[in-house]
Amino acid sequence: MSSRDMVLGRIRRALSDVPRQEGPEDVPVARNYRAAHTAHDPGELLDLLQDHLTEYRATVHRCHRAAVPGTVAAVLARRGARTVVVPQGLPEEWLSQAVIEQLTDTPPLSPRACDAADSVVTGCALAIAETGTIVLDGGPGQGRRALSLIPDHHLCVVRAPQQVVASVPAAVARLSPNRPLTWISGPSATSDIELERVEGVHGPRILDVVLVHP
Amino acid sequence: MTGTYLGMPAFPRAAAAATQDTRLRANLTRATGTIRAKRAQAIAELDDWTQLRAAGAAIKDRTLRHLDHYLEQLEAAVTRAGGVVHWAADATEANRIVADLIKATGESEVVKVKSMATQEIGLNEALAAEGITAYETDLAELIVQLGDDLPSHILVPAIHKNRAEIRDIFSESMSQWGRPAPEPLTDDPAELAEAARLHLREKFLRAKVAVSGGNFMVAETGTVVVVESEGNGRMCLTLPQTLISVVGIEKVVPTWRDLEVFLQTLPRSSTAERMNPYTSMWSGTTEGDGPREFHLVLLDNGRTATLTDEVGRQALRCIRCSACLNVCPVYERAGGHAYGSPYPGPIGAILTPQLRGTSTELDASLPYASSLCGACYEVCPVAIDIPEVLVHLRERVAEQGGAGHRLEKAAIRAAGWVLDHPAVLAAAERTASRTRRLHPRRLPGPGSGAWSESRDLPRIPAAPFRDWWRANRTTKERP
Ligand code: SF4
Repeated sequence: MSSRDMVLGRIRRALSDVPRQEGPEDVPVARNYRAAHTAHDPGELLDLLQDHLTEYRATVHRCHRAAVPGTVAAVLARRGARTVVVPQGLPEEWLSQAVIEQLTDTPPLSPRACDAADSVVTGCALAIAETGTIVLDGGPGQGRRALSLIPDHHLCVVRAPQQVVASVPAAVARLSPNRPLTWISGPSATSDIELERVEGVHGPRILDVVLVHP
Repeated sequence: MTGTYLGMPAFPRAAAAATQDTRLRANLTRATGTIRAKRAQAIAELDDWTQLRAAGAAIKDRTLRHLDHYLEQLEAAVTRAGGVVHWAADATEANRIVADLIKATGESEVVKVKSMATQEIGLNEALAAEGITAYETDLAELIVQLGDDLPSHILVPAIHKNRAEIRDIFSESMSQWGRPAPEPLTDDPAELAEAARLHLREKFLRAKVAVSGGNFMVAETGTVVVVESEGNGRMCLTLPQTLISVVGIEKVVPTWRDLEVFLQTLPRSSTAERMNPYTSMWSGTTEGDGPREFHLVLLDNGRTATLTDEVGRQALRCIRCSACLNVCPVYERAGGHAYGSPYPGPIGAILTPQLRGTSTELDASLPYASSLCGACYEVCPVAIDIPEVLVHLRERVAEQGGAGHRLEKAAIRAAGWVLDHPAVLAAAERTASRTRRLHPRRLPGPGSGAWSESRDLPRIPAAPFRDWWRANRTTKERP
């Protein structure tokens, strides 16, 4: 007998108390929890997102669409970045004012090449206001997962209001499980030493978020 | 079970030794006190916590009552997405599968993300025996591995070590495993984290194979979810060419949508954050992004035995948030090692004796490692009635006859003693004896009518403990 059959057989024997006619959906799950904990006012959501990102030590920069190139250039300059990883599909104008060496991912950059880069600039799939989370799904302008992981500085551009959702349930409903997803809430951190939070372990130690409103 | 925990003394003796270790107690008291207060705050932010908790419990119950169905669905979805599913009936088989998969790549070292399941099966030791080195990459696991130690907390495995001890471990041992710690090294947590970053980066960049666990697996989509803080998980899940995830069969959830519940309850309940820094989700393999090969090893190793027990099976709902450890007065005094398994605290006291059985003195004593104060149940985000299962398992141990009865007496004494407060001790003995009197030694005849009545017993409030708890906890929890 294969281990598969053995384990499935053990499960069926263990569940002999479950009535034969009971189907999985017959076990009730009440979804009377909230779809969101905040009102759907776009302005308020943006403020909340900013507060929560900031609380977890991301640095937030708000600007209008036209000011994105200038803001991105200023942030990269402030971080002292000389090389930046540019994922495929990143809107060209975002980096149009930055005086910086751009590393594209075609052909794919090696992990060491990413490690040698100062920064990475990406877009995102969406951002969650209630938790201060940005989610990357590998879509245009986000690149494969390694690109937004290895450089020590990650600058992420979030386009409000369309990319900002209120809650975790709203995010789950919009995301596709068929894409590799990375949920990011602040820079990497650990509380492993006496439960004291320290920012910056293996992921990018600096996270800048540019919140763009129309 | 891992060889490293074998031969550990039974809970009463191990706990007695631990309570005399004042430094350990100070470390634990400080750490658990901090997290308790923060957690209460994170949960108070959600006014639908009660509903989320009930939904989490219901989703897990749905899964467990139809586990065969969901595992088959998961297997099909993972396979469709380009992954390979393996089934492991026990620890030996799981270790064999992982070792063979690694050997097939021609590699002799792997990077690892913290995983309870691989600790449970003693994977690192099994791989070492085959000439394969497994590098732990979670900061706390690194501390444990470098210190040749054992984990003592689900979330913060090195909670029993303070910063000065960690500094010493890094200075002494990092050089034996790779890049040495910078000199001089202070005990500033930021500096210690930086030392770990430098030590591990080399390993991440050259790693070809990674081993992980998984927090959730989604049956309908084949998605595996890993929740973490440091980014070592992302490194392991993204950079190597081959990824092997070892996950207990109870970690499956039916639908993608179900994640909306657990992604709210788990971070708030474990690290007291609105959201943990990083969560990775992947379904099989993706062309041009991440590992080219993905293997999912589904682990039984006593889980089906646990599932057989209608009262005890609720332990399989556990999402390993560790909130029950942080509120447990016995854990705070005894420390994690006394529980003799990777699963310490209240959840360990009900899970280990079910996964491993109660034939050894240690495992038989675990259901007594509690004063039945009920704080663990109150905080559990999937509403596991830990006191109910504890009393149920005590009954099982007592039914074993001679040995069981002797163990029971010793354990009750010790569980009371570790509370090291005369009034509490007296209350412990009173409660235990009261429970024993009300609780039938044997099932009265075939049928289960009388039994279901007795199942309500643990809910009888153990008043003195609840008083003690209320007086000693720092922040009021929501029910
Ligand atoms: S038993 Fe509940 S509280 Fe304890 S670790 Fe598991 S989910 Fe968390």
